[in-house]
Amino acid sequence: MDLTWSESEEAFRTEARSWLESNVPTPALPSGDTKEGFALHLDWEYRLAADQWSVVSWPKAFGGRDASLWEWLIFEEEYYRVGGPQRVTQNGIFLLAPTIFEFGTAAQQDYYLPRMSSAVDLWCQGWSEPNAGSDLAGVRSKATRDEAAGGWRLSGQKTWTTRGAFCNYLFGLFRTDPESERHKGMTYFMVPLEGDGVTVRGFGRLDGDEGFAEVFFDDLFIPDDDGTAETMVRGGILGEVNQGWGVAMATTSSERGLTLRSPGRFQATATRLVDLARERVGDGLSQQMADAVADAWIDAEAYSLFTLSDVTGVVEGVSMGARSSYNKIFWSELDVRLHEVALDLLGAEAELDGPWMKGYQFALSGPIYAGTNEIQRNIVAERVLGLPRK
Amino acid sequence: MRFALTEDQVEFRAVVRGLLADTCGPDELRAAWPDAETAGGGPGGGNGRVPGAWSALAEMGVLGIMVPEAQGGLAMTEEDLVPLLLEAGWAGLPDPLAATAGVAVTLLRHASSSEPRADELLAQIAAGEISLGCVFSNPAQSESMRPASVVAVSNFIPAATSLDQILLCLEDSVHLVDPASLQLERVQSVDGARDLFHFVVPVEMGESTALLTGAAAQAATLAAFDFAALGAAAELIGLSRRMLEMTILYATERKQFGVQIGSFQAVKHHLTNASLAVEFAEPLVLRAANSLALGNPQASLHVSMAKAKASAAAKGAAAASLQVHGAIGYTVEYDLHLYMKRSWALAGEFGDVEFHRRRVSAELLAK
Repeated sequence: MDLTWSESEEAFRTEARSWLESNVPTPALPSGDTKEGFALHLDWEYRLAADQWSVVSWPKAFGGRDASLWEWLIFEEEYYRVGGPQRVTQNGIFLLAPTIFEFGTAAQQDYYLPRMSSAVDLWCQGWSEPNAGSDLAGVRSKATRDEAAGGWRLSGQKTWTTRGAFCNYLFGLFRTDPESERHKGMTYFMVPLEGDGVTVRGFGRLDGDEGFAEVFFDDLFIPDDDGTAETMVRGGILGEVNQGWGVAMATTSSERGLTLRSPGRFQATATRLVDLARERVGDGLSQQMADAVADAWIDAEAYSLFTLSDVTGVVEGVSMGARSSYNKIFWSELDVRLHEVALDLLGAEAELDGPWMKGYQFALSGPIYAGTNEIQRNIVAERVLGLPRK
Repeated sequence: MRFALTEDQVEFRAVVRGLLADTCGPDELRAAWPDAETAGGGPGGGNGRVPGAWSALAEMGVLGIMVPEAQGGLAMTEEDLVPLLLEAGWAGLPDPLAATAGVAVTLLRHASSSEPRADELLAQIAAGEISLGCVFSNPAQSESMRPASVVAVSNFIPAATSLDQILLCLEDSVHLVDPASLQLERVQSVDGARDLFHFVVPVEMGESTALLTGAAAQAATLAAFDFAALGAAAELIGLSRRMLEMTILYATERKQFGVQIGSFQAVKHHLTNASLAVEFAEPLVLRAANSLALGNPQASLHVSMAKAKASAAAKGAAAASLQVHGAIGYTVEYDLHLYMKRSWALAGEFGDVEFHRRRVSAELLAK
């Protein structure tokens, strides 16, 4: 066991910290899930990209720094410690990019990745449909082959698409074999959200921000990708036709696992919670509340240590597999608890639409998205504990 | 950065696991209970010990794992012993392994420079000749102790009649006492294999028994208490894993309504919740072991985080295991109770959830 950072990792931390401290906007930006806020967050993404901080773990050729997984964790710790803005590019850089790295052609990687890291293309995900939520294999949106025109025609509806109204591309599953059922016969498409055949309607989330969208496809044409920018700008396919389920699973496991929710984020929230409690120490803070603060803070530490152990495994070639579901259940419920304790500390002030109430409402989405925690518990029970499926 | 056991540690742990599987099964555990009826079988007349397992551990050198080389030990650290205590917990070993190899050695190493008796005892531990008990007691509980130095005190000691010596940690002195010199009264633990005794500490302890006094005693007591709490935390994680393994196996075999009960979502979620708590408590335990080994100034904080979460995880694992087993788990003839009752006992030993959570909150919220 070696729980210390190397000299070069410490140097990386110092460099990241000093850049973030002099660049993170103050006061904090308004929510990136509103039109005005999104534009400000985009400016922030451009600034990150200009100094190669937008995707530190990617290869330099695509806009990254070739940082190790450890350095990525360090960057995230520093990012949230100074209160860095939410990443409106996260669905692209954390969810789609790993899939492009794994399944994309060289031409696709060269075209899409630099545009993604520099926030030229903004990606949202198109998994859920009105009748395919937790049961993702119920996808009905379809893509029909048009041999004459040389491409695919998309129709159907996606929904609960986070920041769909502000993005210009969507990735998701479409049924390409009309005879198929469930997990078979779907293809992973990258789809432009501009032009004929696409309608995007934004709507308000629980917290009132226009963060959601539903997206309607009506005969949207996607030409076959011939490896040129002219076709790739109009979208394309990742992996093989009819093999979309397997391709998509690579992405959802990133979503559940550590790439989307690094521990630094919850440790930062836990630290803010402790600060909030400390302000109340002379002011009649009950032992019960102090205990609740300590308990939630310990859980944030536990999440961090669990992640260090997972990353050690990944670095040494052990796959996380279904263990990533443990991860997702824990961080999402931890996030809710941290905010609940904070709201309890605030008492009557809790009702005000301040950062803790806002954060609470956002945290409440955690146990729902990326596969509800009920589904995650089934996955852990069946694939980790080995309980029978039926 | 590498948060995992070394290859050697993994190997040592596997060997100890095998040894305990051979020498400390449910039959041997029942034999450690004084009363066959409450044990649900066995010969009765046990004294809280599993002699076969203890002598095998002693022979392998496990008792002297943290004893310095000068006294014939392996000169290893808390980081090496704690993984073995996970296995002792898994096996339900009732013997004073954490107390002898961890807590007593920690105290004796503190006394080693000033006390020839300490060196002698360390050598005897390394040779596998003796077993020791350690009690944190306090005849006049002081409220002036700073939060960081707080230890949870109690006047209970398991398997007392089988011990060669008892190390008694008072507020500012550490004594070496012969169990026969204490007025021991056997009490009934929920876990018969602990063969628990109660005793009253004389308010005035003589100088002849003192190994350490003053600030040196306080420092040694705090370090020893931290190890005691961490040792219990490690055993609790092992116990939790054992109970969940048994329960998963049962849920896979047992059929109701024509299907395996483990296929029901309610059962799956009970077991996932219990397992989640264990998976996230274990890293806290291993980190605390590393902190003790390195003398990290935050070691006490790390120990309390680990013990708070391990106690809660074990109570959750016991509850889920009993519920999923149903009526069969509610009998002493079935093995589950052997491990469940140990969990209940250790969950409160050397500080319960509330005690350790409070040690953490005092540290976090200190101005």
